[in-house]
Amino acid sequence: MAEEPTDPTSEPAKEGFDRRTALKVGGATLGAAAFARALAPLTEWTEDLSVDGFLQKHYKELTPEELSAVLRRHEAETERRYGREVTIRDLRPQEGVSFGYALNLSVCIGCRRCAEACHIENNHDRRTQTSYIRVLEMTQGSFDMEHGTAVYDHEAVPAPGKYYMPVQCQQCDNPPCVHVCPVEATWKEEDGIVVVDYDWCIGCRYCEAACPYHARRFNWERPVVPAEEINPNQSYLSNRIRPQGVMEKCHFCLHRTREGRAPACLEACPTGARVFGNLLDPNSDIRWVLENKRVFVLKEDLGTRPRFFYYFG
Amino acid sequence: MPRPYRSTHARTTPILLALLAGCGSDVERPLADPPGEPTGQVRISAPAWLDSLATEVTGTDGTPLRLRCESCHALSPSGAALPASAEEAGAPHTGLEVEHGTLACASCHDSERPDRLRLASGHVAPMREAMLLCAQCHGTQHRDYQHGAHGGMQGYWDLSRGDRVRNHCVECHAPHRPAYPRLRPLPPPHDRFPPVRHEGDHG
Repeated sequence: MAEEPTDPTSEPAKEGFDRRTALKVGGATLGAAAFARALAPLTEWTEDLSVDGFLQKHYKELTPEELSAVLRRHEAETERRYGREVTIRDLRPQEGVSFGYALNLSVCIGCRRCAEACHIENNHDRRTQTSYIRVLEMTQGSFDMEHGTAVYDHEAVPAPGKYYMPVQCQQCDNPPCVHVCPVEATWKEEDGIVVVDYDWCIGCRYCEAACPYHARRFNWERPVVPAEEINPNQSYLSNRIRPQGVMEKCHFCLHRTREGRAPACLEACPTGARVFGNLLDPNSDIRWVLENKRVFVLKEDLGTRPRFFYYFG
Repeated sequence: MPRPYRSTHARTTPILLALLAGCGSDVERPLADPPGEPTGQVRISAPAWLDSLATEVTGTDGTPLRLRCESCHALSPSGAALPASAEEAGAPHTGLEVEHGTLACASCHDSERPDRLRLASGHVAPMREAMLLCAQCHGTQHRDYQHGAHGGMQGYWDLSRGDRVRNHCVECHAPHRPAYPRLRPLPPPHDRFPPVRHEGDHG
């Protein structure tokens, strides 16, 4: 007796798993995985950036109340992320104050104490030893800063036949970095300091390319600073801990200088090579230097009009 | 037909303008007050070793007790010409290395009271006034110092907000050996540079 032929349509129904179901399940699994993968940045996003942070306006467009809320949010975030209670303030430029800085190349010995003070004061990333100041070792008789080296290492400085030129942001009155910024995240303030709104910067690094003094730094990573080493005296436009992927630069320690104090690099200089002050005060030290010493600026031919002056003697 | 086009344009323009105005207007914030009268003090820090000497006896806080120069020199005025070198001066001045041009002890120290200074004018000044003596030869440095262009400082650039402490000459220039010492530099940055090649590396 011939076996009864099996009904090809009824067999899968008995097992409850046909080709179509398999495809559906497979498709759904793949779809769910792709969806989860697509949403993955969102989980990071919530950790890195709050909705308030995402919707935050440009610094100049914040009302005092909004600005205050932003400062408090950043304080809370710093405490959560770095485990340190900090104060982040917003310090306005002073009326009748226009800052200038001068450096005596005859007495600078290239010890890098200024760069270290900047590193500590401004909560720079510890591993990369970032600083807004780069001390260039120059051969006596030469004058092109492009031929200076920042990575010299000696038993003792000054090395024979060398002189040293610390270079930081020159706070130009005609700043190329400001002109090239596509989103106006960097601008010049009334007291001459060029600042960055780290929350508005998109990290395109045009300003870094535009700066003829190599004065801008990029945060390739989120700065890592141990809690006990964080300087808690912070301000929005200066030394608060920067996010990843934004530009930063010397701001003449505006959280100190707008309170009348000297910049950290000046106080750290063991040879007293640095002179800082108000260019609008005819009795200030900086004015005396400009009026009585043969000062010069770096790359004057570029027309950047720096506020940072160098002199010998 | 121009009419409907113009009417649409007339309707959307104010809305667009309002939106733009809402998005990009700076908030006016007043500047901070200008600096006031310079009421702060400018103090010149004078190190303790200018008129005292550390002894081997330590105080309750563990720091060595200091003996003032006049503790010995007021009791036994030399009354004679000063020795030509530190070796001749005897303890506690033996071993003092002098490398300051061709100066002898008596160029700066008063011969009767070596714990005091003798200016070129013949006036005798206490050690803490050493700057007067330095200025006799180093006039340009003294001029620069008076204008804040020589010597370090701590504190406030704006004296209406706080005080300033300035270094004394002798804090950087030891009177007997005034050349500024060479220092070991801090490590170089490694934010964007390749590793340092030490002198002698030619690999």
